[in-house]
Amino acid sequence: MNKLNFLSPDKNNLYAYLYSGIGLFSLSILIVFLNSFFSLDLTSFLPGTISYFLPLIIGFMGLHLIRIEYSGIKFLDIINKNINTNQFNALLSLLIIFAVIKSLPPLLSWFIIDANFAGDSKDACSGSGACWAYIKTWFNRFMYGMYPNAEQWRINLSFIALAFLGGVGFFATEKFKKYLTLYYVVVYPIIAFLFIFFFISGGPIFFDFSYGIIAAVISIIIGFFIPSKFKMYYFLIIPITIYILLKYVFFYEELIELGKIQAFEWVETGAWGGLSLTFIVSFFCLIFCFPVGLFLSLGRRSDLPIIKYISIGFIEFWRGVPLITVLFMSSVMFPMFLPEDMFIDKLVRVIIAISLFEAAYVAEVIRGGLQALPRGQYDAAKSLGMGYWKMHIFVILPQALKLVIPGIANTFLALVKDTPLIFVVGLLEIVGMLNLAKTNPEWLGFAMEGYVFASIVFFIICYAMSKYSYNLEQKYKTER
Amino acid sequence: MNFKKILPQLLTLVVVILVFGFFSYNAQVNMENRGITFGYGFLSQESSFDVQFSLIEYDGSHSYFRAYLVGLLNTILVSVIGIVFATIIGVVVGIARLSSNYLIERTAAIYVEFFRNIPLLLQIFFWYFAALRALPLPEKAEPMFGVFFLTIKGFFVPAFVWNNLDIFIYSVIAAIIAIVFVRLYAKKKQENQGIQTPVLSISIGLLIILPLLSFFLGGVGASVEIPVIEQLSKTSFTFKGGLKLPPELISLALALSLYTATFIAECVRAGVQGVSKGQKEAAASIGLTPNQVLKLVVMPQALRIIIPPTTNQYLNLTKNSSLAAAIAYPDLVLVFAGTALMQTGRAIEIVSITMLTYLTLSITISIFMNWYNKKIAIKEK
Repeated sequence: MNKLNFLSPDKNNLYAYLYSGIGLFSLSILIVFLNSFFSLDLTSFLPGTISYFLPLIIGFMGLHLIRIEYSGIKFLDIINKNINTNQFNALLSLLIIFAVIKSLPPLLSWFIIDANFAGDSKDACSGSGACWAYIKTWFNRFMYGMYPNAEQWRINLSFIALAFLGGVGFFATEKFKKYLTLYYVVVYPIIAFLFIFFFISGGPIFFDFSYGIIAAVISIIIGFFIPSKFKMYYFLIIPITIYILLKYVFFYEELIELGKIQAFEWVETGAWGGLSLTFIVSFFCLIFCFPVGLFLSLGRRSDLPIIKYISIGFIEFWRGVPLITVLFMSSVMFPMFLPEDMFIDKLVRVIIAISLFEAAYVAEVIRGGLQALPRGQYDAAKSLGMGYWKMHIFVILPQALKLVIPGIANTFLALVKDTPLIFVVGLLEIVGMLNLAKTNPEWLGFAMEGYVFASIVFFIICYAMSKYSYNLEQKYKTER
Repeated sequence: MNFKKILPQLLTLVVVILVFGFFSYNAQVNMENRGITFGYGFLSQESSFDVQFSLIEYDGSHSYFRAYLVGLLNTILVSVIGIVFATIIGVVVGIARLSSNYLIERTAAIYVEFFRNIPLLLQIFFWYFAALRALPLPEKAEPMFGVFFLTIKGFFVPAFVWNNLDIFIYSVIAAIIAIVFVRLYAKKKQENQGIQTPVLSISIGLLIILPLLSFFLGGVGASVEIPVIEQLSKTSFTFKGGLKLPPELISLALALSLYTATFIAECVRAGVQGVSKGQKEAAASIGLTPNQVLKLVVMPQALRIIIPPTTNQYLNLTKNSSLAAAIAYPDLVLVFAGTALMQTGRAIEIVSITMLTYLTLSITISIFMNWYNKKIAIKEK
């Protein structure tokens, strides 16, 4: 039997060190555990400061004793390697373990044990814990804002339908895969807009804007059959022609009057709110900001000086100002720029403002991807006789966009996290609704519950998005 | 062929001009209808509104321009506080993310994932309306370390009362200038003769000795003023003396630094990971000590990766400080684009000034960054 030297434990008396070390370590955890869960103070016979630091000292000694290199015990080696490599790490590990044990009881009691789940008024919440009854009572408001209760099925139905239509891409067979981009960039946004306009807003079937949508759809469909040589001229002339034809030649007054019947009760955008508004705003901004950002990034790298400098100016302007001033601009300054009789809905203005703002960020991200591509790719594409658009669509963008998936995902995440700012123009999404509910005289004093609830909701959404983008990144990673 | 290049440019230009023309024409018509004339003359008018918290002397009798300055200074104040704390927390958490200790790495990761996935506005609201409201009233506040009072009305901390503060500031500036010269001299000496000078200890010495001298020779004096509770009326208490940090400033600075720190932590992590292992091994194999490896090989390369995205985060923090308007911290947006705009109704002028201010701020920083990037970029031969 070798001599025991407790200052430098080694392998020779492995079990002596191990048992004493584990004993001390467990003792320290037991002291903290009993203290925090059952408020039992085992060390109360000692003076205050020593009793306070005793678990730390005991635990530190314990970890020191079990720090034996190459002990041959797998579990011990794993522990030593991960939390106990040296004195400093041991101390930090102990502090973290103690902090977790200490903070569990108050958190548990606030969240679950002392919390009130039942009831529908403030009186139900008498405990010291959280008042989840508050969230339960206000749940509809937090989800749908001031949208009338009886009509909320319209929002649900639209969201389910849109989620289903959005998921089409996952089920598309090889044959239809090539149309997916067209579907997501052109068809899906239009369908989404119509859904929101007819169902959620309750607008008339036919409205001033309908001509534009019909003209765009018709011209895109015809565009498929036009030889690429004339495409540029085609898209310059035809949509406008169709629009004029539709507006002044084909449609008769009677037909339009027939279309103006409203299928559903009109709900003005001021009444929209809650989480559904968060979704609507982020969804449309996401759809609009991507193509705008794409064109801006191409413009910034273009050889044509006027387009290049306009793009640079545009991008730098939006990137240089905070979103809140952009929203201020859209609410107080923008109406001054419109003719007196022209009125654009608050929500539409907000969506345009946020889209332009985020488009500048998307543009910079995509530019990073474009710059990262080696020159050879451009040269190779040109040497095959491809023009500017063909080169970008078939060679450059597929590679560049793959590179910037994480960056774009981050921008979209920032967009979702920026939506609460629309409170500036008086639209109340979930955070805005919380602030409204907080000031309700019947429910004063439950700010904490509301913010915790909203934090959890946003955390789930954003965390899921970031994990999904990580998966996409892994999926599209190509060896270079 | 040439036609194909000119046509799109011409079209874009026409569209841009048309849009701008349309907007400015309407603006003119609208302003005529409302009887407002465009101009920045209102800036010198009396503002006649008060601001809760201001770094410079200000009340209702001052001009709108001074109100603008008050807002700007408050924005800069909260941004600087935020940047300092975000950097400290961010660097610590970023290094913790690289720790070999599993518990530390996980804790840092949870912190980063948690705080960056919750909207900043929500965090500001949380601190302001929920967390800081749980603090005690002034009369019930327990002092921390005997001198700090954390109350629902704000934090009351001891303040320094200075005599001849200007001399002290001059001495600090002199110390900084001296340090710059010492560094230049040391660099030259090393390049010419290969002798290293202990720059760090000399710098610290200078930074201590010169201000100390100012105390003895320049007649600088400082005393600490500790806040003392005072009764205003039967139920209302406050603290007298010391420095008052309003809860708006604290919650804003807390939220901004905790939120931005997560991004800085990721920058730091990426930077240190970005230095290839071969560099460290090569440095060690030519006989540099671990400290030298860190100082001369790893850090210069890591900083090259860390600094550009971190400055971007500083910029974001400054822009995000405009969220102050949501909790009524009197920053540029609230004072100028809020109150002043409501009073004067000059939407175009005020919003344009506000946007220009932020734009100037960001463009200055980004020009500086581009210059810096070019300077530190690896010069390939």
